[in-house]
Amino acid sequence: MSAQKPWHREALGELPVSYAGDRLACIEPDYSKYFDVRQLRRMSRIIKMGMASGMDALREASIDIPHAIITGTSYGCLEDTGIFLTKMIENQEQALNPTPFIQSTHNTVGSQIALLLQCQGYNQTYTQRAFSFESALIDASMSLEDDPQQFILTGAVDEITTASHRILQRFDIFRTGSTSSLQLFKDKVPGTLNGEGSAFFVLSGTQGKDSVAIEHVVTLYKPSTATLSNAFASCVGSSLLRPADIDLVLVGKSGHIAEDRDTDNIVSNLFPSSSRAVFKHLTGEFPTATALAMALASRIIQGQQIPDWVIEKDAHRPPKNVLIYNPYFGIYHSLILLRAC
Amino acid sequence: MKGRVHVAGIGVISAIGSSVEETMLSFRSAKSGIDKLSLFDSIHQDALPVGEVKLDNLALSDRVAHRANLTRTALLGLHAAKEAVSNASIDLKKWRCGIISATTVGGMDKTENFFVDFLADQNSGKLRDVENHECGKSTEIIADDLGINTFISTINTACSSSVNAIALGARLIQHDKLDVVIAGGSDALSRFTLNGFNSLMILDGEPCRPFDAGRKGLNLGEGAGFLVLVSDRVARAEGRAFSCFVNGFANTNDAFHQTASSPEGRGSYGAMVGALKMSGLEPEAIDYINLHGTGTVNNDLSEGTAVRRLYGQHYPALSSTKAFTGHTLGASGGIEAVFSVLSIQEKCVFPNLRFETAIPEIGIVPQLSFETGRSIKNVMSNSFGFGGNCSSIIFSANDATL
Repeated sequence: MSAQKPWHREALGELPVSYAGDRLACIEPDYSKYFDVRQLRRMSRIIKMGMASGMDALREASIDIPHAIITGTSYGCLEDTGIFLTKMIENQEQALNPTPFIQSTHNTVGSQIALLLQCQGYNQTYTQRAFSFESALIDASMSLEDDPQQFILTGAVDEITTASHRILQRFDIFRTGSTSSLQLFKDKVPGTLNGEGSAFFVLSGTQGKDSVAIEHVVTLYKPSTATLSNAFASCVGSSLLRPADIDLVLVGKSGHIAEDRDTDNIVSNLFPSSSRAVFKHLTGEFPTATALAMALASRIIQGQQIPDWVIEKDAHRPPKNVLIYNPYFGIYHSLILLRAC
Repeated sequence: MKGRVHVAGIGVISAIGSSVEETMLSFRSAKSGIDKLSLFDSIHQDALPVGEVKLDNLALSDRVAHRANLTRTALLGLHAAKEAVSNASIDLKKWRCGIISATTVGGMDKTENFFVDFLADQNSGKLRDVENHECGKSTEIIADDLGINTFISTINTACSSSVNAIALGARLIQHDKLDVVIAGGSDALSRFTLNGFNSLMILDGEPCRPFDAGRKGLNLGEGAGFLVLVSDRVARAEGRAFSCFVNGFANTNDAFHQTASSPEGRGSYGAMVGALKMSGLEPEAIDYINLHGTGTVNNDLSEGTAVRRLYGQHYPALSSTKAFTGHTLGASGGIEAVFSVLSIQEKCVFPNLRFETAIPEIGIVPQLSFETGRSIKNVMSNSFGFGGNCSSIIFSANDATL
C-alpha cells in the first residue's frame, strides 16, 4: 500500500499518480473488504494498513496461518501516540481513555495480526529507522536457514500524521513548492517528499509458484566509502555473482541533491552496465520505504518488465538479478539482492 | 555455525543501583528502590510509587560524558552498555560487533514536553527535544559511543523487548554474522507511560506485591540492562573462560488479548517450554526462575498457572525482582537477564519482597530471602508483554572446560 495504486502483477503498466506538495499519502483500499464494522471501529489507520497488506500477502501465498510474524516500523503507531499525548496534556492527566495508549506500542500491528489469525508463533517488531524492514528480513532469513519449511509473514509499515508531518517539515528536509512528485529527480531543487506505506511478504525457504528469491540483505550504518564499496561487491559476490551480472539497480535516491549525486556516482561506477531505476518519486521518503521497493522489485522480476516510470537508465536487460540500494540521509545504507527463481 | 554464545560482560542501572556492585548490595540488604516519584511533575506524584534510577539527567550525562539534553532512555542505555563493555574487557575493534537494543519509551520523556508547546502552536517547541524520539535513535547514540557500526538494530515488543534483543544477538553470533553483540534494553520513566498504565488501572498505589494473593498492580520503573555476548571463537582468542552462556530462548504470542494474558497462560507456557526445548534441559534442571511477576492480578495468575502446569508442586526457587526495581518495561528483559547471570556468577537467588500469602488458585510460594552458596547451573528469565509477546530465556553455567 503506497501513494500509488497497488502493484499487482497486471497493474505495472498503469500510469503513476502524481502529487503536489510535500506529503504523499497512501491510496487506501476499501477496508470493509478486509474487516467487519466492529473491527474497523477499533482499528487505527496504521493497523488497518499493516493488517490489510498482511492479509493480501497471505492470500497470494495461499497461507492461512504463518509460522511467524515479523514487522518493521520506525515511527510506530503515531496516530494513537498523538491522541493519548494530546488528551494527557489537555485533560491534565485526568480521566484518560486507555485505548490509544494500548494501541500506541510499535508491536501493535504485528500482535493484532497474530490475534486475528490466532498465530501463536514467533512474533517480532523491529524499529531501527531505515533498517526496520531490513532487520525483519535478516531475522526471517536466519529462521528460514534453520527451518526452510516455515512460512514467515514479514513486512513493514509507517504512517504520516498531521503532527508528524509538521514536525518533520520543521527539520527542513522536504521540498517546498513542488507541483509534481513525479518530477522529484528532474527538478534540481533541494529536499525530498514525505511518504507512508505498507508492504508485507510471505517468505519461505521452499520455492513456490512465482517466487522471487531474496539472496542477501545487508545493512551498513555510517560506513566509510571503502566499506560501502566493498559491501556492494561482497553482497553480490555472496551469490556467486559479479556486479556485471546485476541487471537492474533499484536506487532509493530521495531528492536530496548532494546525497543523490553521491549515490549516482557510486552506482554508475560499480554497475556501469546495469539498468538503473528509482522509486521515491512514487512512494515518498520514509524509513521503511524499502519494503515498497521490494514489492516493486518483486513485481518487476515476476513480470520480467521494468515500467517506464521508474527507469533512469535502460540497459535493455531482462531483470533477473535486481539489487535494491537504499541510502537514507547519508547514514543508513541497505542492500537487498533479489533473483528470479 | 552454532557453538556457544557466552556472556562476557554485564551492565545494569535501575532503581536499586547504577552498577552491578550497587545492585548486588541492594539485593543482599533487601533494599527496594520503589519510592515516591521525583523525576518530573505529575498529578500522580503522591499516589503512584515508582522505581526511579537515583540519578538525574545531569548526573547521568556527567558519568557517560554526553550532553545532558539527550533523552533519559539514551542516557540510561549508555550507562549500562558502557558498564557491560568495560566489564567484558574485550577490544571491540578486533571483532565484527553489533548492538541490539530495545526500548518502548524511546525519546518520549523529551517528546512529551515538546508536545505541550507544539499543541499550543505548531511552530513552537524545541526541535532538539524530538530529534531523538524514534526508538532506534537511542541505539545509534550508544553505537556511536562504543564505536560499533557493523550491525545495529532495535526491538520493540513491549515488555518482552530486551529478551528478544538478547535472543537475536545470540542468533546473529550462531549464524556467524557477528562475533560480539552488545544486547539489552533501556526505558526511562515518562508521564506518557505513567498515565498510560494508570488509565489501564493496573498500577498499585503502594509498593507492588508480585505473586501475592493481595497484589493490586505494578509499579513502573526505569533503567537499562545490557549483556556482551561473544562467540566460542572470541572466547578462545581472548583466552577467557566466561561464567555462563545463553542456552535457550523462545518467543511466542499469546494471541488472546492486546493487554491481558490468557488465563491458562498459554503464551507464557509456550515460551518457557520453547526455551527448555532449545536448551535440551528438563524443567527440573532449572535452579532459579526470574519471573516476569509484575504484580498485576492478571499476569501473576497467568504466569503462575503456566509455571504450575510445567512443574506441578515441584517448582524451583523463583521470584520476581520487580518488587525491587518496579516494572522497567522494555528494559526489564535486559535488566533481569543481568540478574540471571548474577545468580549464576554469585551462586545466589533473589528474594520476592513483600510476599505474604500465596495466590490461592496456584499456591506458589516464591523465594523469600536472599540466599548465597546455592548450586546455580541453569537460570530461566521470563518477560511477557502487551500484544501477547511472550519470551523466555535460559542462561547456563559454563563447565570448567570450554
